[in-house]
Amino acid sequence: MRNVGIVGYGSYIPRRRIRLADIARVWGADAQAYERGLELHEKSVPGRDEDTITMSVTAARRALARAGIDPREIGAIYIGSESHPYAVKPSGTTVAHALGAVPEIHCADLEFACKAGSEGMFLASALVKAGEVRFALGIGADTSQGAPGDALEYSAAAGAAAFIFGAEKLVATLDAQVSFMTDTPDFWRREYMHYPRHAGRFTGEPAYFAHTFGAARLLLEKSGLAPKDFAFAVFHQPNGKFPMRAGLSLGFTRKQLEQGWLSPWLGNTYSGASPIGLTAILDVAKPGDKVFMVSYGSGAGSDGFVWTVTERIDEVRALAPHTRDLLDNGKVYVDYGTYAKLRGKIRMAE
Amino acid sequence: MSGLNPARRAREFPVRYRLEAARRRGCGHVVVPARLVCPACRGRAWETVTLPAEGKVETFTVIHVGPAEFREDTPYVLAVVELADGTRITTQLADVDPAAVGAGMPVRLEFRRITADGEAGVIAYGHKAVPV
Amino acid sequence: MREVAIIGVGIHPWGELWGDSLRTIWTRAALAALDDAGVDRVDAITVGCMSGGMFVGQEHLGALLADELGMAGTAAMRVESACASGGMALRAGFAEVAAGLADIVLVTGVEKMTDVSGDEATAALATAADAETEVFYGATFPGLYAMMARSHMAKYGTTAEQLAAVAVKNHTHGMLNPNAQYRRRVTVDEVLGSTMVAAPLHILDCSPITDGAAAVVIAEISVARRLAKGRPLVKISGVGSATDRMALHSRADMAALPSTTLAAERAYAMAQRKPADVHLAEVHDCFTIAEIMVLEALGFCRPGEGAAQAPSGRTALGGERPVNTSGGLKSKGHPVGATGVAQVIEIVTQLRGEAGERQVKGARVGLTQNMGGTGASSVVHILEVAS
Repeated sequence: MRNVGIVGYGSYIPRRRIRLADIARVWGADAQAYERGLELHEKSVPGRDEDTITMSVTAARRALARAGIDPREIGAIYIGSESHPYAVKPSGTTVAHALGAVPEIHCADLEFACKAGSEGMFLASALVKAGEVRFALGIGADTSQGAPGDALEYSAAAGAAAFIFGAEKLVATLDAQVSFMTDTPDFWRREYMHYPRHAGRFTGEPAYFAHTFGAARLLLEKSGLAPKDFAFAVFHQPNGKFPMRAGLSLGFTRKQLEQGWLSPWLGNTYSGASPIGLTAILDVAKPGDKVFMVSYGSGAGSDGFVWTVTERIDEVRALAPHTRDLLDNGKVYVDYGTYAKLRGKIRMAE
Repeated sequence: MSGLNPARRAREFPVRYRLEAARRRGCGHVVVPARLVCPACRGRAWETVTLPAEGKVETFTVIHVGPAEFREDTPYVLAVVELADGTRITTQLADVDPAAVGAGMPVRLEFRRITADGEAGVIAYGHKAVPV
Repeated sequence: MREVAIIGVGIHPWGELWGDSLRTIWTRAALAALDDAGVDRVDAITVGCMSGGMFVGQEHLGALLADELGMAGTAAMRVESACASGGMALRAGFAEVAAGLADIVLVTGVEKMTDVSGDEATAALATAADAETEVFYGATFPGLYAMMARSHMAKYGTTAEQLAAVAVKNHTHGMLNPNAQYRRRVTVDEVLGSTMVAAPLHILDCSPITDGAAAVVIAEISVARRLAKGRPLVKISGVGSATDRMALHSRADMAALPSTTLAAERAYAMAQRKPADVHLAEVHDCFTIAEIMVLEALGFCRPGEGAAQAPSGRTALGGERPVNTSGGLKSKGHPVGATGVAQVIEIVTQLRGEAGERQVKGARVGLTQNMGGTGASSVVHILEVAS
């Protein structure tokens, strides 16, 4: 079995933000309680011209810049999202066409709530490992929606991360990959419904934590490693609290968790969540660093990955924007009315 | 009359999605989209090139009263952008405060959703210019 | 080439003519021109109309309107060059007479713009720009002219007040034109305080949406002399038209109008006239900046001096060379296809000495300039009192 892993990576975060306090004010909710309870302060807001496809294109172009490969060599593209612009017509076709990766390419759009992005990564790496394609692209991107006034409205955000997998020019090797899944109805959206629904506190222990821990234990067993062996760890981040609690419970330290922990200032980018966290880690990781990553998607399941960063990271890191720069710089704050307009939450004339 | 016919849109993908242009083998003039006869030298032999993504604002306006498909975006900035190879295009500026736009401002082209044929029709993508 | 003269003109009040269809508006103007000419038969008809199809779902206007006039059988065609359709309809008619294909031609222009919503009208007008490279990205006509204005301001220091002065002047003239759509005064402050449409152009910098038609009858000059009935005969001494790159971003200088310069050169050459010979002009002020740029393009002043003309009074009634005594597109209205023909009617009326309160004394040589889109096409006519 040959060594496979990440050849290039890139992320995309919209520039607009809304503060939780401005959402809470409209619904008469206790802003401080939300901020404390969720450990979230603000989240990204996509404009009308940003969607899963556009964010995926820019994130993938950044990954290509770091990979330094001919896009025609990409043999597969898997985009995971809960907010594909079309219900029928894959986001992957437009993204691949924009990248110049068509026509000899396999494409499938994926859905598994918030883990659809890591699913794409799982499949892309497996295809490369099997020798079916030379390079494969796995992308997690979302412009997720939360129902007005619902708890999810405080966290549903937008962003994308793209990873090119291959067996050469690696910036990080994939040392272990696992998946842990059961039928757990913690959060769902029925066909033709506009907003998702969730089962309140059931989304915690039996859902997020059970599967995150399930995958984490499998991953530690399979890799034969312990938390102390890792320089960084990143978990699915639906809010600021859950990933910290999961990581600390498993024996990771705050220091290991902080670099990839973006949600307090980004929100929950759903299929982009742990993947974007991984890009923030790769922006600073040193050759030899090990990275522990476990995603989570409602429904429910978790994918786990162990990465080891290679020397090549130093050559390509600077070839595209860094995730924390995208997160921290050039932010533009919008009020709730503008947010509602941008997110299509206002009833317009027919 | 909807300009968002899928067949027409698909025909435009090379330009809209990948910034494909044509360069005259003889005089070197670049046209986008590609055409049959060069406006500079009337020649007809071409090669396909990709436009650079980097450029600067040549001139601009802030549109306050927009056409139906962009009404929700007003005020938005429309600009003539001169790309790094000298080619000029017209496009919107995104992620920018209209009051902060000035001639000479450096920008780069980024893939964005331009418009859509209502809630059920095709979506048209292209490039807008964002501040560097 | 045979010489051509104008023997009849017909026009009625322009505005939002809710009770009148395109056919009615056009037919009334045509009948008025035929009456004025004293003829009831013509050899050919031309119809300038930008888009009967998009505004009223009707193409094939040459045939339709010949039918409406009871002239089925007469050769007829519709001529289109966006906002220059009317001027081009005259050029087409002129060519038929000059070449000997016809002795008498009914030249008309019409546009019925209020049978569609404002959005639909805007979208129809936008087809005069480059659909693929400009309109797709959200360019509007005010937006494109706003960029021309900004280029002119950056290059020559033109100010918003100078733009507004054009609107003020043309409204002052329009108040004296019984056929104008808007017959009210505007002030510079009102223009600058009006809603911003596309910075730096305000709503009062922009010509309106209008229903209207205009018609003239032209004839070979010896035929014209027989029909003149003692009135001063006005001949078309020069015709010129030209095009320029379609997209604004393709132009070498976005603060200039080379299609107008070239069209004017051709017209001046044919008429053996120069700018200084022209006593008055009707120009295409679809936006205030357009009039400024057109004056420079016609050679009425040097590049960069166009903005000073209106504030100085040189282009007002009573000034050195009055421009747009009809009120221009701004005040008289802009039913797209009719504009170019109406410009000619104003000059003919002036040269005949029949302009009443708007009369320019001693007017013997007049010029019309009609332009399409952002200047991708222009047509210039020079009209003179024939001896």
